[in-house]
Amino acid sequence: MDAIESDLVIIGGGGAGLRAAIAAAESDPGLSIALVSKVVPMRSHTVAAEGGAAGVIHPDDTLDKHFEDTVSGGDWLCEQDVVEYFIGQCTRELTQLEHWGCPWSRQDDGNINVRYFGGMKSPRTWFAADKTGFHILHTLFQASLKYPSIRRFDEFFCTDLLVEDGRVQGVLAFNIATGESVLLRCKAVILATGGASRVFGQNTNAGIVTGEGMGMAYAQGVPLRDMEFVQWHPTALPGSGILITEGARGEGGILLNKDGYRYLQDYGMGPLDPWPRPRAMELGPRDRVSQAFWHEDQAGRTVNTPNGSAVHLDLRHLGEKKIMERLPMIRELALTFAATDPVDSPIPVRPAVHYTMGGVPCDANGATPLQGLFAAGECASVGIHGANRLGSNSLAELLVFGRAAGESAARLARESTTAPANLEAQANEAEARHLKMLDTTEGERVAAIRAEMHDIMESGVGIVRDAERMGQACERLSALRERYRRGVKLDDRGRCFNTEWLTAIELGHTLQVAEAMAHSALARKESRGAHLRQDGFDKRDDENFLCHSMAWHQGDGPPRIDHAPVTITRSSPRERIYGRDSQPEQPAREE
Amino acid sequence: MSQTRTIVIECLRFHPETDEAPYYQSYEVPFTEEMSVLEGLQYIKDHLDGTLTFRWSCRMAICGSCGCMVNDEPVLSCQTFLRDYHPARIRVEPLAHFPILRDLAIDQTDFLAKLESVHPYLIPSTGDDPGDQPRHQTPDQVQDYLGYAQCINCLLCYAACPQYGLNDAFTGPAALALLHRYNADSRDAGKDQRMEVINAEEGVWGCTLVGECSEVCPKHVDPARAINQNKIASTQDYFLRFLKPRGRR
Repeated sequence: MDAIESDLVIIGGGGAGLRAAIAAAESDPGLSIALVSKVVPMRSHTVAAEGGAAGVIHPDDTLDKHFEDTVSGGDWLCEQDVVEYFIGQCTRELTQLEHWGCPWSRQDDGNINVRYFGGMKSPRTWFAADKTGFHILHTLFQASLKYPSIRRFDEFFCTDLLVEDGRVQGVLAFNIATGESVLLRCKAVILATGGASRVFGQNTNAGIVTGEGMGMAYAQGVPLRDMEFVQWHPTALPGSGILITEGARGEGGILLNKDGYRYLQDYGMGPLDPWPRPRAMELGPRDRVSQAFWHEDQAGRTVNTPNGSAVHLDLRHLGEKKIMERLPMIRELALTFAATDPVDSPIPVRPAVHYTMGGVPCDANGATPLQGLFAAGECASVGIHGANRLGSNSLAELLVFGRAAGESAARLARESTTAPANLEAQANEAEARHLKMLDTTEGERVAAIRAEMHDIMESGVGIVRDAERMGQACERLSALRERYRRGVKLDDRGRCFNTEWLTAIELGHTLQVAEAMAHSALARKESRGAHLRQDGFDKRDDENFLCHSMAWHQGDGPPRIDHAPVTITRSSPRERIYGRDSQPEQPAREE
Repeated sequence: MSQTRTIVIECLRFHPETDEAPYYQSYEVPFTEEMSVLEGLQYIKDHLDGTLTFRWSCRMAICGSCGCMVNDEPVLSCQTFLRDYHPARIRVEPLAHFPILRDLAIDQTDFLAKLESVHPYLIPSTGDDPGDQPRHQTPDQVQDYLGYAQCINCLLCYAACPQYGLNDAFTGPAALALLHRYNADSRDAGKDQRMEVINAEEGVWGCTLVGECSEVCPKHVDPARAINQNKIASTQDYFLRFLKPRGRR
């Protein structure tokens, strides 16, 4: 097996990975940095983020408001000291992107323009039309080309973290094009592998968002934190799940049920007037808006489409000019994938899984409980999202904490004096395990196991949950993991560009992440943020559950769940109020 | 659910470990009204033949992974629909003008090297220090380059470009459009560094103005226009050099 030495290995080339790589390169140009990704960096899922990134810059906005919106939006499950750090760094990072050339949308006078997103007291979302993630990712990727110490391993698939003497000291990866393995030795690893939304079927995420980074850490004894908190984005196209940005509502779009009624007023986000105003109606937080859809659907007040029920997102009153200026991609997506022109008719939308609030626990420097391992971006649980992430906080997160992890990991690598461990035996054992899958002649197809996982998660761990269905999901996942272990039948037995084989390895990780989600959900006997139960635990229970869930890997068996304290600094839990009583300080938008 | 019909998808197959030359294989694929070519390929991979190899990710025309030739046209398979070809069969091949790694997956390393060669990042002037503030840029100034910043690096334009097909030393449409994106940015002062790429034989002068690149671009980037504007810049640069010799960097 080839071995390559680097000081630092970064797994994942999306926004967090690229920002970490640049930060590490800038902090010490002498460090060798390996940026390893299963896709060429500009294909990473950051590319699909649409609406924008949060940073206080509007004259009416303050850091305190960003703090309060984030902590109340997260239903008080946020690490408040980390949120404090985060809100203080967002604007600096978004400004840094401006200096690197990001085409932020501007006001007429040339200043940065910002818009409202859900759950915000003031407009805070920097945007580049409705392709913010695309522009951030390409700006970062292109800027990264200036740093000769960043060596890219494009289309290398990482399978295992290699731990010796209690420290991560290497990564096993396969070159996708050839199928050959490579041992990447290093002094520190940054996980920047993104979320795990593809655990579910109805999904806004790209096919690559499969959670194997979380799975790799989990398999090494790192707990996964708060995995039950899965975000449903309220507005995705039925069937395909393609995302229609919250920015559409930030610009004034409204949600209507089949009777043309703005139903959110019945779910604690009204009254209707005065409209628009912040933190009300369509500018409610994602958990509440998605849950309201579920109730409308149960009550039979949704619209039928060939791909299931939906409600209408109406943008017609914005007019063609504004739609073309602020939401051009939304118009194109609706035309291409829903045969609907939002200039003339409302877009049918429904909730779809969008974001993994939980992940690999780490501190504000990205350091995880495992020595030498850092995490940043969606794969991490740094603690800013709590039980429900606010829209626009994740793009800011991957910049703020990508940089923090890059700098911290660089420091660790620079100061590391321990002699490199012999990792060959471990790497060979892991390689053999993966290669053995190529010989399997019995068993089920990848697609069959994946479809079963989707069904389990959609039916058992959905928007609204109860003990019976979650319990069934846990049992079925356990049985499904057993079926996976018995064998995945592959048509493709070659090494070269064998995506069927790599998908099968990936699925092994994804199944365990699914199991961590289901068991964490079952153990949380309350409702908080995106975790909503209807079996007697329909209220928040701060006495027993103002705490993080921790899922611990137990080999072939189901995870062990325990709980860990939440850091509260200056905002004590209180009732989460939107709509009527949110007391806006000023009207939502001044034209 | 919408009605299911059947279409024949004929795919180019090539496995470097076992095949001496590419060949075609046909699959019968049931499809519904909204199914894309990509979803047809996924159906084959999931249910009929796990060896069929292709790239995809976002399935919403923004990641640039799924470019391929459908009936000789370079397209993104995720936003090309089977209904538009039925009842005829369709032929899916890897993007033209690139080496094949396997089946529909091409080798993109040549393009990535070209992308790097154009200094695709903001090069501010030496006196420009915005400190901790964003620079000003008016909406009109943003419009000067925003169109060229829409490139998703899907490589359809290289597959459509006859010049790149004849001589792959040509820097090519997407990389030259990206070069122009930075040159046209009011915050940038890196024109001189990029001029070498423009002036080279493989730079803008490699283009013979066929314009196919702009025709096939799924994001309306118009590389042909970017290249043409740089031909003007290159000509001016050529004459200016006689008037005002400039030290090489």
